[in-house]
Amino acid sequence: MVARQVGFDHNELTIAAIRLEAVGSAGVMTSTYKDVPRITIRQSCGPGVDSPTKARLCTPTTPVPRAGTVVAMIEIHELTKNYGSTTAVADLTFTVQPGVVTGFLGPNGAGKSTTMRIILGLDQPSGGSVLVNGRAPRSHAAPLHEIGGMLDPRAVHPSRSAYHHLLAVAQTSGIRKTRVDEVIDAVGLRSVSSRPAGKFSLGMSQRLGIAAALLGDPATVVLDEPVNGLDVEGIRWIRSMLQDLAAEGKTVFVSSHLMSEIAQTATHLIVIGRGKLIADTSMDEFMATAAPTMVRVRSSDQDALAKMLRAPGVTITRAADGALIVGGASAGQVGSVAGAAGITVLELATEHASLEDIFVSLTQDAIEYRAGN
Amino acid sequence: MTDTPAHATFPVNSGLSSYQQPQRVTQLRVMRAEWTKLRTQPSAYWALLTAVILVVGFGIGYSLLRVARPPHGTAIASFDPAAISLSGVQLAQIAVGVLGVMVVTSEYATGMIRTTFAAVPRRLPMLWGKAVLLAAAITAVSLPAAFAAFAGGQSILSRRHLSVPLSHPGVARAVIGCALYLAAVALLGLGLGALIRNAAGGIAVLLGLLYGFPLAVGLLPGSIATDVTKFLPTGAGQAVTTVQPDPTMLQPWTGFGVLCAYAAVVLAMSAARMWRGDA
Repeated sequence: MVARQVGFDHNELTIAAIRLEAVGSAGVMTSTYKDVPRITIRQSCGPGVDSPTKARLCTPTTPVPRAGTVVAMIEIHELTKNYGSTTAVADLTFTVQPGVVTGFLGPNGAGKSTTMRIILGLDQPSGGSVLVNGRAPRSHAAPLHEIGGMLDPRAVHPSRSAYHHLLAVAQTSGIRKTRVDEVIDAVGLRSVSSRPAGKFSLGMSQRLGIAAALLGDPATVVLDEPVNGLDVEGIRWIRSMLQDLAAEGKTVFVSSHLMSEIAQTATHLIVIGRGKLIADTSMDEFMATAAPTMVRVRSSDQDALAKMLRAPGVTITRAADGALIVGGASAGQVGSVAGAAGITVLELATEHASLEDIFVSLTQDAIEYRAGN
Repeated sequence: MTDTPAHATFPVNSGLSSYQQPQRVTQLRVMRAEWTKLRTQPSAYWALLTAVILVVGFGIGYSLLRVARPPHGTAIASFDPAAISLSGVQLAQIAVGVLGVMVVTSEYATGMIRTTFAAVPRRLPMLWGKAVLLAAAITAVSLPAAFAAFAGGQSILSRRHLSVPLSHPGVARAVIGCALYLAAVALLGLGLGALIRNAAGGIAVLLGLLYGFPLAVGLLPGSIATDVTKFLPTGAGQAVTTVQPDPTMLQPWTGFGVLCAYAAVVLAMSAARMWRGDA
């Protein structure tokens, strides 16, 4: 009923419920819903951590290595970047650890590419610091061995062949031609390597960009939207490749504006919006905290069942088709309550809010560009 | 959109082996990379070909014109047969100057500059590498072109006994000076391109320096115009391509030095911007 008023189907119910709460029409929701974590974590991480949830989501789950040990990782401390009067990144602090794939999420314009450009030493920070493998990005003697990056797959001279593009990059560091060939084979561009890179499809350009990033066997890999433009086969390929790189102990930092792209690849997440840190957490914790599991139930007497289920910590809303969406209770508990009351259960299922929904709700305050505004 | 067949499949092999060879960035290595870029940039061939055609073609064409209208009276004393056969340089400088601008602005236009700077984070080795290779390539191409233009032009002028031998004082210097002049103009273009980072803007400022300045200065009162003109990039640089001692010009190598100073100042400004700024 509540859900129907705002026109959301049950998949988006969690968000609908939050939005309703925000405007003060609590409806059938119980008061416990007010503590739903996303409300809290929507504020940026930083000084003044005031709630347990916020503290948990903003604290890196992996320990930071002792100072002095050089480990392949990216350390960003109070990073700020202004372009004229526009602040692209504000007071960003996080660490990207080796050995795992870290997803870097945020809507378009959130500051992901800016952050990555600074990590690669292309843009200068306005404030704060960035260390890659313990050193400032531009101070590495063998940069291609320290950090491999791809920002824009189209950033090639259009009439230069893929081979010569890679050769020119390799030659800056004295990387041998055999390595260029090896990388071309690894990304599957062998048959097209003599073609002008400007004639490549987006997917092929992505592979070329990844090839350039991997030339020097870098300890840290930074890829901006690498899945963009790849077909299904390509997406699978890049996922397994990223996981292989992480398994080798490399630091792998991959941005995306789509949660679904990152969910199956990354084990750690950095979420930013409008240049500010929103979450720094493991994927598992992110899903558990930000997306409580809901139970969907239809029965012979919905009203009676709803009344019986009402308890501290339990949220109940109604989907458009009349089903109850129960939070804070397992499907087994809901089934038991119904059974004990002699109510016939017609449908009982556990539902996860889609990661996309969580992401949207997390960042909806932080979307820079929105159609129709 | 592309000529890639839609069904193109990629053999997948993500098992990339480790590569632990030394990978230090050195100026020499960066120059090797820049050489690969230069020789795989079709516009470089077009610009150099255009420069050669202009130097040789215009030199021979103007020699034919002067042979048909030989100098009379007092004009004979100031007649400079070497300069006539080398006059194509004044047009060829556009081609090499534009090449200088394009060599660096094409990287900014395509975004290649980010790939380059990620590989060479200290950045300036790239600029020096481009400068050295550009100057070397243009000298290597325009030196034979200048000698060909001189030889062709003198053989035409000799029909009216107006020619001058290469052994004549200052002649060989003027021919070689043409190649050096073109190299210096290309470096000026490179500096402007790196400073402005935009092809149209860089070319516009370059043409302004080469042609617009002298025109504007020409509007000044006579003696001032003469004094100023000899210090402009073209006025100064042309001293090294001229055989006849011209009192309104600087000494040949002094003039060339002034042109090089323009290029050096612009390159230094672009290096400062390149080092500090965002890519």
